[in-house]
This record gives sequence, structure tokens and C-alpha cells, in this order.
Amino acid sequence: MIWRIILGLYMLLVTVATFLYAPPALGLGDLSRIIYFHVPLAWVGVLAYLFSMINSIHFLRSLNPENDYKAAVNAEIGLAFTILATLTGAIFARNTWGVYWNWDPRQTSVFILMLIYGAYLVLRSSVQDSEKRGRLAAVYSIMASISVPFLVFIIPRLYSTLHPDPILNTSGQLKMNAQMLQVFLASLAGFTGIYYWIYNLELRYYKIKERKEAKQEHD
Amino acid sequence: MGKVYCNWVTRLAALVKKEILEEFRTRYAINSLLMFAVTSLVMVSFAVGVSTLSSALHASLLWIILFFASMSGVARAFVKEEEKNTSYALRLAATPSIVYLGKLLYNFIIMSALTLLVLLLYLFFLNPPLGNIPLLLLVVPLGVTCLVTAGTTIAAIVAKASSQGTLLPVLAFPVLLPLFITVIHATRITLDGRETAEIIQALLFLISYEVVILTASLLLFDYVWND
Repeated sequence: MIWRIILGLYMLLVTVATFLYAPPALGLGDLSRIIYFHVPLAWVGVLAYLFSMINSIHFLRSLNPENDYKAAVNAEIGLAFTILATLTGAIFARNTWGVYWNWDPRQTSVFILMLIYGAYLVLRSSVQDSEKRGRLAAVYSIMASISVPFLVFIIPRLYSTLHPDPILNTSGQLKMNAQMLQVFLASLAGFTGIYYWIYNLELRYYKIKERKEAKQEHD
Repeated sequence: MGKVYCNWVTRLAALVKKEILEEFRTRYAINSLLMFAVTSLVMVSFAVGVSTLSSALHASLLWIILFFASMSGVARAFVKEEEKNTSYALRLAATPSIVYLGKLLYNFIIMSALTLLVLLLYLFFLNPPLGNIPLLLLVVPLGVTCLVTAGTTIAAIVAKASSQGTLLPVLAFPVLLPLFITVIHATRITLDGRETAEIIQALLFLISYEVVILTASLLLFDYVWND
């Protein structure tokens, strides 16, 4: 309870700092402030996907329903965050490149991530039996994640990008000044905190539900 | 060791033979796929009309047709076992890897025939430029092999899910996307008849994709197949 309030106040502070404390980037002006939201959203989208896949692998090994639930919850959270990252990215694209969508490699990869999440959730909704649903969804999740490295490898070769360098770029240099970096890292931590909070809520809900079911069986 | 290997090949051959015999009794898959290929090609041909297309468009159209044809082709392999409740018997008769490879080979045979037909009809109706025919005959079968491998695994998932046909393209597309980007690019280059430096990269990519997907499929198929 107390952590929820702290997280809320912290995010408020980060949001204010984004607009008042961090200076606008050279050339981009105030538009650059979107990176304090866009990049953390994308980061959580990928992080949730990774956790979803790890839990899928664990589920195939252990057949523990909790792993399956974790995989599904991560996919749901990941989908929401990926959609938000895509939207914020599109706003940035509209104002710098002139169009919302131009199949830039990054847009393509985030779009594919959304497709995988979507397909995964559709697959889950089409199976009734819970163990079977877990197995099929886990296999699909692994199959889909195998294709992702291929995409990372080929898309930049065939299509050139206009996207600004990723924060951890190949030259290992940071193109931010100290104030920007402070806000950026704070925002990254905050969004990761929000992700953890949602995840934790879902997990607690699952545990309560399970306990209730066990009790009903007992009675 | 040699005997085990022989045994394995015999079983695989038996499964493929069973699939083909079954197919020739009803001829359902062959007939429906044939009509599907003809319909989609004629549709594309009508839509294009008399206008001449660039090689990029030719490559895209060809692979869109092949994608949907193969999706309706590979979908049947596992669904029919579930529909007729023969999957239990099959599970007793063969190990999962043999079942997977048998279905894969059968799908591959069907799809090879279909691809040949689609290619010939495509040449007949749409008259694309043919820059480098030997390379085209290398790129297209390799692409179809990858398509069938990934398609077969996902078809197995869909058959277990609830055998809804619409689910297969939805699930297959994200997995197949790296393949599509590469193979369409490669087909375009071969249609243009440009030099082969870029094409070697594409071919290597297709081979590695095939190896990775096949390995993963063999490892994961157990979990899909066994209830």
C-alpha cells in the first residue's frame, strides 16, 4: 500500500522533471521530451516479453500452472506497454519525419512484437483445458521468440532507419547531458516499478483465486 | 546402430506412405489446393489486368499466394487426425519425432507439387521477367521448405487448440516474417537477374532459418503432441 503511494508520487516527480528539469535536446527541441516516456515503455514491453518467454520455458519443464499464469500476465502487460510505445513513437515520427508510420525498422520490430503478443493471447483464448493451453501457448511463445533474432539481424540490412540511435548504441557513447540522463534513468526505474506493481497485483490476484478454489474443493 | 537407423527410416516411410494413401483415397487436399491455387492466381491476374508490374510486386504477389496456399495445405495434416480421432492410434504407433517428420515430409511433397503448379501458372498468367531461372529454382523451393517446416509445427498447435482454420495464418505470420522479408527480397533479385553476391547471403539465411526452426520444432513437438 505504502509503496503504491510512493511510486505514484515518484512518477509525478519524474513527469514534472521531464518538462521542467530536463533541457530540450539540440535540434529536436521540446519534442525530445517524449523519450522519457517512449524508451521506458519500449523497454518494459521487451522486458515483459522476455519474462513471458522464460516462464514459458519453465512451464514446459515443470508444468506448474503458476509459471503459465506468469507467462500470460507478462504477455498482457507487455502488449499494453508495446502499444503505448508504438503510439508515442508514432507521435515522434509524425513530428520529425512527417508521417505517423513508415515501416521504419524499429516500427517494424515493435509491430511484430505486438503481433506475437496478439497471436499468443488469441491462441490462449481458444483453448479451454488449462494445462493444454499452457503447453500450446508456451510452445508458440518459444517458436515466435526464435524468429525474433533473425529479424533483428535482417531488417536493418534491408531497410535504412531514421530512428535516433538507441541509448546503448554501438559506439558506447551517451548522447545526453547529466540532467537529461538523470531524468531518463529515473523514468526508466519508475516505469519498471509500475510494471512490477501491475505484475505483483496480478500475481496476488492469482494466489487469492487459487486459495479460494482450494477452499471450495475442501468444503 | 545401423539397424536402429534403418528401423527409424522404415517407420518414417510407413507414415509418409499412410499419409499419401489416405490422401489418394479422398483426394480432398489435392483438389482443394489445386482450386485454391488457380482461384487466387486468376484473382491476382484479373486484379493486375494489362498493367505491367515491377519485379518487387511480382515477388510479393507470388509469395502471398504461396503463403495462403501453404497455410490451407499444411493445416489439414493434423486437423484430420483430430477430426477422425485417429491421433491416439498414431501416438501409440510412432514416436513424436517420427510423427512430426512424417507429417512434414508429406506436407513438403504436397507443397512442392503445388509450388510447381503455382510457378507455372504464374508464368502463364502474369508473365514476370525471368532474370535468373536456375537461381529462382533454388530460392523458391528453399523458401517453401522453410514455410512448410514452420507451418507444420504451428498447424500442430492449432489442431490441438480447437482446429480453427483462421488461427493458423495469424499464428504463423510473426514466425514466418523474417523468412518472408528475405525470400521476397531474394526472389526480386533473381527476377531482376542481378548479380549473386546478395543472393548468397539470402540463401545462407534461409538455410540457417530452416535448421533453427526444424531443430526447435523437433524439440518442442513432444509438448504439443502428447496430452
